[in-house]
Amino acid sequence: MNVRMNDTAFLRKAEVVARLRERLPRESVLFEEEDLRPWECDGLSAYRMVPGVVALPAGEEEARHVLRVAHALEVPVVARGAGTGLSGGAYPIADGVLLSLAKMKRILSVDPAARTARVQPGVRNLAISEAAAPYGLYYAPDPSSQIACTIGGNVAENAGGVHCLKYGLTVNNVLRVRGLTVEGEVVELGAEALDAPGYDLLALVTGSEGMLAVVTEVTVKLVPKPETARVVMASFDDLGRAGEAVAAVIAAGIIPAGLEMMDRPATRAVEEFVHAGYDLEAAAILLCESDGTPEEVEEEIGRMTDVLTRAGATAIRVSESEAERQRFWSGRKAAFPAVGRISPDYYCMDGTIPRKRLGEVLAFIGAMEKKYGLRCPNVSPAGDGNLHPLILFDGNDPDELRRTEQFASEVLQKCIEVGGTITGEHGVGIEKINEMCVQFSPEELETFRRVKRAFDPKGLLNPGKNIPTLHRCAEFGRMHVKRGALPHPELPRF
Amino acid sequence: MSDELQRLADSIRAAAAARSPLRIRGGGTKDFYGQALAGDLLDTRGYAGIVDYDPTELYATVRAGTPLAALEAALGERGQMLAFEPPRFAPGGTVGGAVASGLAGPRRQAAGGVRDFVLGVRMLDGRGDDLFFGGQVMKNVAGYDVSRLMAGAMGTLGLILEVTLKVLPRPAAEATLRLEMPEDRALETLNRWGGKPLPVSASAWSGGELTVRLSGAAAAVRAARGKLGGEAMDADAAARFWEGIRDHRDPFFAGDEPPWRISVPSTAAALPLPGDQMIEWGGALRWLRTQADARLVRDAASKAGGHATLFRGGDKSVGVFHPLAAAVARLHRNLKAELDPAGILNRGRMYADF
Repeated sequence: MNVRMNDTAFLRKAEVVARLRERLPRESVLFEEEDLRPWECDGLSAYRMVPGVVALPAGEEEARHVLRVAHALEVPVVARGAGTGLSGGAYPIADGVLLSLAKMKRILSVDPAARTARVQPGVRNLAISEAAAPYGLYYAPDPSSQIACTIGGNVAENAGGVHCLKYGLTVNNVLRVRGLTVEGEVVELGAEALDAPGYDLLALVTGSEGMLAVVTEVTVKLVPKPETARVVMASFDDLGRAGEAVAAVIAAGIIPAGLEMMDRPATRAVEEFVHAGYDLEAAAILLCESDGTPEEVEEEIGRMTDVLTRAGATAIRVSESEAERQRFWSGRKAAFPAVGRISPDYYCMDGTIPRKRLGEVLAFIGAMEKKYGLRCPNVSPAGDGNLHPLILFDGNDPDELRRTEQFASEVLQKCIEVGGTITGEHGVGIEKINEMCVQFSPEELETFRRVKRAFDPKGLLNPGKNIPTLHRCAEFGRMHVKRGALPHPELPRF
Repeated sequence: MSDELQRLADSIRAAAAARSPLRIRGGGTKDFYGQALAGDLLDTRGYAGIVDYDPTELYATVRAGTPLAALEAALGERGQMLAFEPPRFAPGGTVGGAVASGLAGPRRQAAGGVRDFVLGVRMLDGRGDDLFFGGQVMKNVAGYDVSRLMAGAMGTLGLILEVTLKVLPRPAAEATLRLEMPEDRALETLNRWGGKPLPVSASAWSGGELTVRLSGAAAAVRAARGKLGGEAMDADAAARFWEGIRDHRDPFFAGDEPPWRISVPSTAAALPLPGDQMIEWGGALRWLRTQADARLVRDAASKAGGHATLFRGGDKSVGVFHPLAAAVARLHRNLKAELDPAGILNRGRMYADF
């Protein structure tokens, strides 16, 4: 290492590296520019920053050492799983430590009788289901990145998936988390029982974007694989009617295993890519899945077909085989790569809205397409109100990028206005931190900061993410105004 | 702001200024639960009513003082329910109390607990600030999940003003079966069934009798009845039986020995403790009626990977709730100090030191 004596930051980095190496092998502490470069972003690749140091602990003891060193030297720590997150939750800090949990990827045990698996944080989501498959079990939450994303990251983001309505989110499927506090102390949150004494810190840490603790081990719930699953594909000639059909399914007392909507721009974009046989004339198609015993599925598919027909479906097809079911879903799963083929860049949003406002919000997005002159196909897990509009743009055109950001911000604010939220499953990270100022009041944001202080008084775990500072909100300008209260009366205005 | 909300907020602000503890209370049906009851009574029942309920959205937003029975009746009219089957113990319990206590009934094993159904809260913290967290949508990861934290916090971190609960359709069909079997076999059987796609929604074993409830599509319930065997119970008798388990009116809960609530992994072997036991939740919840020493009960629960609560009566000086590990206890105290800095909300109701 070339030590430049006049560079205090450099000396500090040298000290961090030296201290980390007291317990971690040489190859597990990266600090040279070329080794750091691959860690400069997560799935939100528009934001890049080379981290100061990357630490790759092989187990909990090493992870503990990293936190103790960082805490003693007051260096910020950003924990990272597979780096598939879409909101910049694992965006590095230039003079901080990026704590990669990728080496901790052992499945410690699968207990078929208890229907649980105990895994290290770097285990991939899909690997858990693969390990459980021989017992007829699987791990239910299935974010679309499940082949790559890790369970530690899933816990940090409270990851969802297409089957949430029936099977829940990460928070509903994790029994216990073992983790480290910022001081490097081991804590067990939750239990292998169905509850634990005291506050539900497991729920609080789930979705906290690595700001409260670092996950070193997770016990997940496994559920029996349904004997069979079938999907109804229904066409609608009007977006609003498709939205109403979603509500009608729920009103009929049906909880589908999956319920997704694709609009015409989306079906047209993917059909060429996957040849799923989508109705390209339909304004939107709904995919509505039933799973369970063959008797149950037969009965439910009948009811779904009835409801969708009465809701004005112009065509209905029911999957007759597992291959056909997979084909119907293929466009949904391939939506992102397909869109990647028709546009140089795309920006994926993640607002959630009450189901009954779906038609209204889709119409709003249509109006925004005209206003900003950008296309925006929609693929939405409509059953749970989550929207993933994809704004298509060319990143080499600075004006298109600017329009995309404004487009996205308007849509997020619309989501808040109709009683929804700015992020259903991708997290706030750095991406949506400004919109947090719109969704929450100053007192609510202060409560988040208080929660943070209870766990991390020095603010060393993933600082700058998720919860905006008071000044950041003041600078953003668009304020939360709720119940007639004046935002930030304590700050001077000009 | 309504007058009643203003009154609640003013009471908290005044109490915080005077550092004088408040005892938050709805119907008082769970006064028996938890550690000491201390402070001036703050009755939530004046802040009642269903704020928003749309069956097609699968949620209900309800004020804390709303009687639980009224909410469940309103949901029932639209063919829906609170799937965590909150216990009532006595008439007059409120929705706020059901959420704050975090207690779930027999359907817990299949549907999830209170926290799994909390989508959002409006609350007053220990400063009297009026705060909203979460919302009315199922997927929501903006900020920390303060709303789920309120479930089971026993009112020690804030007063729940309104809560949005996810609701579900009532099952199309139900059936209750009864089978004779000893404890060990019941545990083994329940865990084996748990690993199969069977619609078991509740289970209760005591005195050599295992009772299970099946819920779901008519075809699924019919098919499962064939697989499980046993004797079917009359529908009315079954409904009374499960209410008795839920509300502790079952004869098992009558008598002088205090009931311990022992939460363990469902596969934990029969607990070697003196006294009668009732096993619920597919093996994950063991009720024990015993005069045995608290240490004995807690050691057995810990060894089995769980925890034990002195649920009602008995000598509360042993601690109603299982002691926390030091690092976790510190996080509890920090959270309490941050959200209720004057330490006035239900002080000592959960753990004596906060």
